[in-house]
Amino acid sequence: MRMRKEESVDQTAEEAHAYTPGLKVKRRIIVEKTRRLPIEGEVLIEKGAKVDFETIVAKTEIPGDPLIIRADELLGLPTRDVPTFLIKKIGDDVEEGEVIALYSAFFGLVKKELKAPVKGTIESYSDVTGQMIFRSAPIPVVVNAYIQGQIAEIIPREGVVIKTEAAYLQGIFGIGGERHGILHMVAESPDETLTEDKITPEHKGMILVGGNLATYGALIKAIEYGVKGIIVGGIRGRDISKLLGFEIGVAITGEEDIDLSLIVTEGFGEMEMSHRTFNLLKDFDGKQAAINGTTQIRAGVLRPEVIIPYDQQESGSFADEPELSGGMKPGTPVRIIADPYFGKIGTVSNLPVQLHVVETGSKVRVVDVQLDGGEEVTVPRANVEIIEE
Amino acid sequence: MSSTKGSSLWQSEKEIDFTSQTAEEELKYILATDVGSTTTKARLFHKTEDGEWRFLVAGESPTTVETPYENVCMGVRNAVREIEELTGLRILSEQGTVKRPHEDGYGVDFYCTTSSAGGGLQMMVAGVISNLTAESANRAALGAGSIVMDIMAVDDERPDYEKIRRIRNLRPDMILLGGGTDGGTTTLVMQIAELIAAARPRPRLGASYDLPLIYAGNKLLHKQIETLLNDKFAVSIVENLRPVLEEENTEPARRAIHELFMEHVMSHAPGYTELMGWTDLDIMPTPAGEGMGMQLIARIENSNVLRVGLGGATTNVYSIFDGRFVRSVSANLGMSYSVSNVLKESGIENIIRWIPFDLDEDTLENLLKNKMIRPTTIPQTLKMLLVEHSVAREALRLGMEHHKTIAVRLKGVRKAQRMIGEMMEYTLQESYIDMMKIDVIAGTGGLLSHAPKRIQSLLILTDAWQPEGVTRFYQDSVFMMPHLGVLSTAYPDIAWNVFDKDCLVRIGSVIAPRGTAKLGEKVFHIQMKMPDNSVVEKDMVYGDIVKIPLGEGLKAEAVLTPARHFDIGAGEGKVLETTVEGGIEGVVVDTRGRPLVIPEDPAERKSTLLK
Repeated sequence: MRMRKEESVDQTAEEAHAYTPGLKVKRRIIVEKTRRLPIEGEVLIEKGAKVDFETIVAKTEIPGDPLIIRADELLGLPTRDVPTFLIKKIGDDVEEGEVIALYSAFFGLVKKELKAPVKGTIESYSDVTGQMIFRSAPIPVVVNAYIQGQIAEIIPREGVVIKTEAAYLQGIFGIGGERHGILHMVAESPDETLTEDKITPEHKGMILVGGNLATYGALIKAIEYGVKGIIVGGIRGRDISKLLGFEIGVAITGEEDIDLSLIVTEGFGEMEMSHRTFNLLKDFDGKQAAINGTTQIRAGVLRPEVIIPYDQQESGSFADEPELSGGMKPGTPVRIIADPYFGKIGTVSNLPVQLHVVETGSKVRVVDVQLDGGEEVTVPRANVEIIEE
Repeated sequence: MSSTKGSSLWQSEKEIDFTSQTAEEELKYILATDVGSTTTKARLFHKTEDGEWRFLVAGESPTTVETPYENVCMGVRNAVREIEELTGLRILSEQGTVKRPHEDGYGVDFYCTTSSAGGGLQMMVAGVISNLTAESANRAALGAGSIVMDIMAVDDERPDYEKIRRIRNLRPDMILLGGGTDGGTTTLVMQIAELIAAARPRPRLGASYDLPLIYAGNKLLHKQIETLLNDKFAVSIVENLRPVLEEENTEPARRAIHELFMEHVMSHAPGYTELMGWTDLDIMPTPAGEGMGMQLIARIENSNVLRVGLGGATTNVYSIFDGRFVRSVSANLGMSYSVSNVLKESGIENIIRWIPFDLDEDTLENLLKNKMIRPTTIPQTLKMLLVEHSVAREALRLGMEHHKTIAVRLKGVRKAQRMIGEMMEYTLQESYIDMMKIDVIAGTGGLLSHAPKRIQSLLILTDAWQPEGVTRFYQDSVFMMPHLGVLSTAYPDIAWNVFDKDCLVRIGSVIAPRGTAKLGEKVFHIQMKMPDNSVVEKDMVYGDIVKIPLGEGLKAEAVLTPARHFDIGAGEGKVLETTVEGGIEGVVVDTRGRPLVIPEDPAERKSTLLK
């Protein structure tokens, strides 16, 4: 499918920006993770300390939930009279079930008690509404290290920055939060489908790598056997909805109530995993990895990730991979991310300056791409992403 | 009789002081910007030698609200620099501010801006009864250009702990609390106020200031509200939104929202304090600017207008009907980030019904989810374009359904003296928006603006909203509605002139009789006396749609004769003689029926869609 060029004179740009940032697939980089409490608290670890996935690095307490009761109705009293019968003061700590107000009349024939509904504090009483508010006990919150590494920085009262040498790759979409486990290749090639018969009880606690698709049956079997995570090229939209019990409307995930984290590297449907991603994962077969399916596609995008920390003894001497300049020029490796060439990989051969008319009739900026198979195609610049090498 | 105040223009401290404003005739250059969530868009307007105000040039640059920049002024400077490069006119001073006035070929005479950076103004509103005071609070907040994150009411069926958790998790920029008519319920208002107090939400932008809360409820409670909330919130008290059930008074709340937006929210956003010092008018939320731009059309043309901004993440619908302005925001109906949510809300079968070729449900779902995760991609194939246009029809349909739940007559009026429980019977009030009385439909947003052919966007809007009678269709040429909206608060004539000449593209008119019949049945006759005095006549059968060329700026005298059970605006079977305006796509005569019925048989459906 070639496009008609709008003008006969070709001009090319030396460099252009890809509109879609590429996904990172890095064999060895320094990964820094900031682990921060939601509100201020206590940092439990010192700079330089080595941490494991589960090490607790900071803790705090958040104020408990408030609970409202209608004290006047429960005591059967006019709203303004309630304070007279309180036997505990506003601000007092109370145990669950403790009597906090007592009303008796007719020489004790009518007797009503008001009991604390939770352990906590009596926060307030309103003589307008008759509402009494209790604040339940503070809720402890802890933050773990999530990855193996070393504490590089302490953020006073908030958290830490952990540094580690690791292989690092991003997925395009994921579900489920942070988990860790042994990385295990189930697929032998990037175009192999992960089906339920390939998942066994021995995979408990592991992160499995599939090829072009994980079937619904495979997802269910993985949960049944206690698999921690699945990394795969594609997933069917329908299967995600079936698994979660609801349809994902916007790509903001990570809080799903599910015992499995899923990292999708290419997209929805049957999609062969990029060879580069597959080969990298294969090289780390049997290593411990941390994964996080959290995805936020909006301003301040968050992609799901796989972090495979290097063993401590392996670290020390490596060249940090250069960061990509962000520019796209002839020779830059790209992946096409929309039909009709979805998933195809190639290199930029030309960046025409002129707008081109595509099949839809729209005039757009385009890029010529030499596909790995040798074919040259022209696609809108918005429909490629740079492969970061 | 219900009455509504508050449909007037947004005004602020800076705007009201017209005495210090430069006289219109002394102006030569006006700069306006919109600091959007991703792009800052600068527009330069100038007075031509003929004394006419026109749009001159646009400059755009990424917004710099997030790390590592954290100063919106950088994005504004970059966008203005692009204008400088394109025009050769120097605008920025040596200090990097907007130089005013224009002297010796340097600077501009006036500068104003809108902003939705950092997610715009996000509010939570509360009232006593969902479809009375809470609904009025919602309308006030939406009209002020905010995104309403949640609407709380005593009767909204959520348990208290759930409401409290929700308030705590939302972290709104501001809360608007209504409730009770003046002299009416006090207990229920205090109940919801105590709930908000107990939740103690923290502001989104930095935790170092108190969250603004506007109280616009029963006036008997001013003291109690202050006592309860003053140590936890920055409380402002304004006139009641519903002083009596028969009246909605949203203007004081809207003004307070604007002032607090500037004072508390914007001043904590990175770089805004500096930007505020550059502008001649207060910074306005982008949707408020856009809403005001729309009021320009309605005021000048004295028309009922519907307008939609179909974006990547949200769908904003604005209506001006019999002088009443209402805005709705469907936060998760959009064509890229939220495209999958359109599928979820509409149901896959409703999208498939618009697709004129075979496509199975699984493939469609995967296509849309891939668009969701790579939202900046654009359709390269005709099939993908048609899929996106099908989704757009559903996003617009749902956006209008949502809008109609807000554009309703005041509820609870006739049962004013009865119990609250009985008032809640009014939940199914019909919207006052009558498509037969809509004169103008205007569209904007990436998909509509970038549709390869204008007729496509006209048909998308026609299928989705099903206009009846004779309706004119407009579209934005360049995105500048918020710019012109904010400018119109100071210089309405200049804003209208630019709007009319450079902003609006007149696509054409749609003529569609209301009624249904059997396919092929004769339902309509149209006779048009064209500007060259030639006469075009057509007999239309049910299920037809045809286009009659009539260029932009041209008018034709039409005699429209519907069949016995059809109505074109004068009543069933009655002839309407009217003037029809042309446009770049001419006049579309649509006798596919109202309501529009898409055949269920796949072959028949495809043939209908391909007409």
